[in-house]
Amino acid sequence: MTRFLIRRLLSAALTLFAVSVLSFLMFFALPRDPVTGMCPKNCNPERLERVRQELGLNDPLISQYAGYMKGIVTGRDLGSAQGGRCDAPCLGWSYVSNEAVSDTIARVLPVTLSIVIPAAILWLLLGVGLGMLSALRRGSWLDRAAIGFSLTGASLQLYFVGAVLLIVFVYNLRLLPVPSYTSLFDDPLKWTSGLVLAWLALAFLFSAIYARLSRAQMLETLSEDFVRTARAKGLAKSQVYGRHALRAAITPVVTIAGLDVGGALGGTVITETTFGLNGMGRTAVDAVRSGDLPTIMATVLIAAVFVVLANMVVDLLYAVIDPRVRLG
Amino acid sequence: MSLSPVEGVALAEIESPDDGDERRDKEFVGRSPGQLALARLRRDRTALVSGALLVFFVLVALAVPLIEALYGVGPKEQFQSRLDGYGMPLGYAGGVTGDHWFGLEPGLGRDIFIRMVHGLRTSLFIAFAAAVLTAVIGVTLGTLAGYLGGWLDSVINWITDLTLAMPFLIIALALMPTVALRFYGQREAVPASFQIGVLIAIFALFGWTSTARLVRGQIIALREREFVEAARASGAGLGHMLFRQLLPNVWAPILVAFSLAVPQYITSEAALSFIGVGLTDATPSFGRMIYRSLDYLQTDPAYVFFPGITIFALVFAFNLFGDALRDALDPKSSR
Repeated sequence: MTRFLIRRLLSAALTLFAVSVLSFLMFFALPRDPVTGMCPKNCNPERLERVRQELGLNDPLISQYAGYMKGIVTGRDLGSAQGGRCDAPCLGWSYVSNEAVSDTIARVLPVTLSIVIPAAILWLLLGVGLGMLSALRRGSWLDRAAIGFSLTGASLQLYFVGAVLLIVFVYNLRLLPVPSYTSLFDDPLKWTSGLVLAWLALAFLFSAIYARLSRAQMLETLSEDFVRTARAKGLAKSQVYGRHALRAAITPVVTIAGLDVGGALGGTVITETTFGLNGMGRTAVDAVRSGDLPTIMATVLIAAVFVVLANMVVDLLYAVIDPRVRLG
Repeated sequence: MSLSPVEGVALAEIESPDDGDERRDKEFVGRSPGQLALARLRRDRTALVSGALLVFFVLVALAVPLIEALYGVGPKEQFQSRLDGYGMPLGYAGGVTGDHWFGLEPGLGRDIFIRMVHGLRTSLFIAFAAAVLTAVIGVTLGTLAGYLGGWLDSVINWITDLTLAMPFLIIALALMPTVALRFYGQREAVPASFQIGVLIAIFALFGWTSTARLVRGQIIALREREFVEAARASGAGLGHMLFRQLLPNVWAPILVAFSLAVPQYITSEAALSFIGVGLTDATPSFGRMIYRSLDYLQTDPAYVFFPGITIFALVFAFNLFGDALRDALDPKSSR
């Protein structure tokens, strides 16, 4: 188990390193001069040159990269124009919003987390539950409804579903306020009412995919010999389905869930745009529009960290669910 | 999106209960796997309906100039006289009339129907081009990795993992303007053909991984079979091994992957245009239209439904057809 853990950690670190180098190269070393986007409104050549100096853009690329990485681990001193001392997870200074990038992230990350985590819980419960039920009641009306639901959901677009939800619940029935973000710790009720449509839209589309996948997996597992054996031994149905079959059927679902949740935590651009919420995704889009390179770089890195972390969690869960992974 | 053939079997049981016994009394005829698949596809009602819908969409996309001539309205024409003082279209359901079948855009007053027809053409073109490119890249890399193995396999695998770890949407987001700036200045208008090309390239760059994985797995399974060994023993070269021995055995999953990739690219193109990094407003596209319609959800709710339902129907038809194709090509399928 320890060896498995160490191997996983090493490969995760290697992937993160590669992503950071690649995105650094892509954003800082591309032929486009990164300064033009960062320079405040009235730019003259001297000012451009000073910004370039402050950002260290005249240094060799390797030392720029090393400086950036050092900033993340230990913090570093940026020029006075960039707010001076920049503390430990230092992601640089944004000339566009005139604040440290880590401050921007600290403001928008909770929004994305508040959208994704409840939505993920909802879609996993709904999707896996529906898939399992329809597999157990194969051919029943519930099964047909579930198939129809998952086929439709898999082809619907989030922005369309979101728009319909907004038209119905906000503009016509007036049951909910226009979506907005309030901190969970300030006002849990407002937090819920402001985000519930986003959760519903995400959960609807994702649970369709999960229902489909877990139904197919469960059907495959139910036809396996060990399930028949367990039934023949005289174990209760609930025991067989809930313990033996579920455990075998859920492995691929866990993989996909890891990828989806990890990806979504890095920013749900479309959800955030549809509902006008300002999370990681919106921030990344706005940064791209205004050419705010330090912010783009930070959002890409954080998104990659989430994906890699989610993959690691999935592998660990595998080891828990499936003993063969641990021993092999 | 992966699902086992079991799904399709259940679908068939539900939707075509009456074609069980008709082939019992026929005499035995030799059929190639392709003919068998075609026969299965013809008997599948879902496949027929979704296939007909797809043919319709493709025909509409091909006939854009004809439709425009008959309809008599261009995608950039504005009909301000049919809007009220607030820029809202006059009449019901967003200004639906005999001249403007799907109504007018609030604000600019452009005809929604003709813009959607144009958007359909762009969307299908991008999706098909990207799907062909990803299939070529994925099949090449997957075959090489699977057949040759060794360090090449490890390298290709690692690149696949790395590509999967890159957040696609954000990288696409960051790349689009950067690439555009590289070739066109800050203020120059970027031509639509260039944007379309960049979109296709980005999709190809990120989309090949699933095909590569699929093909690699299939080739590894085939590699150890006797007929491959026999071919190798009789001195077949690399080209013969790949193109005459191995690939003919994996065309079915490749075809299915291709048919399911097209709707994914349609969705991705719409998504990118929706968040404002794909096509710009000058080129009609579903994503852009829906983005604009978000401002009018309260005042002109009909606007979002035309593009929204069309793109749903398009993707739905492709998905259904892809699933049906998978069932038809799967020899283990019970039908």
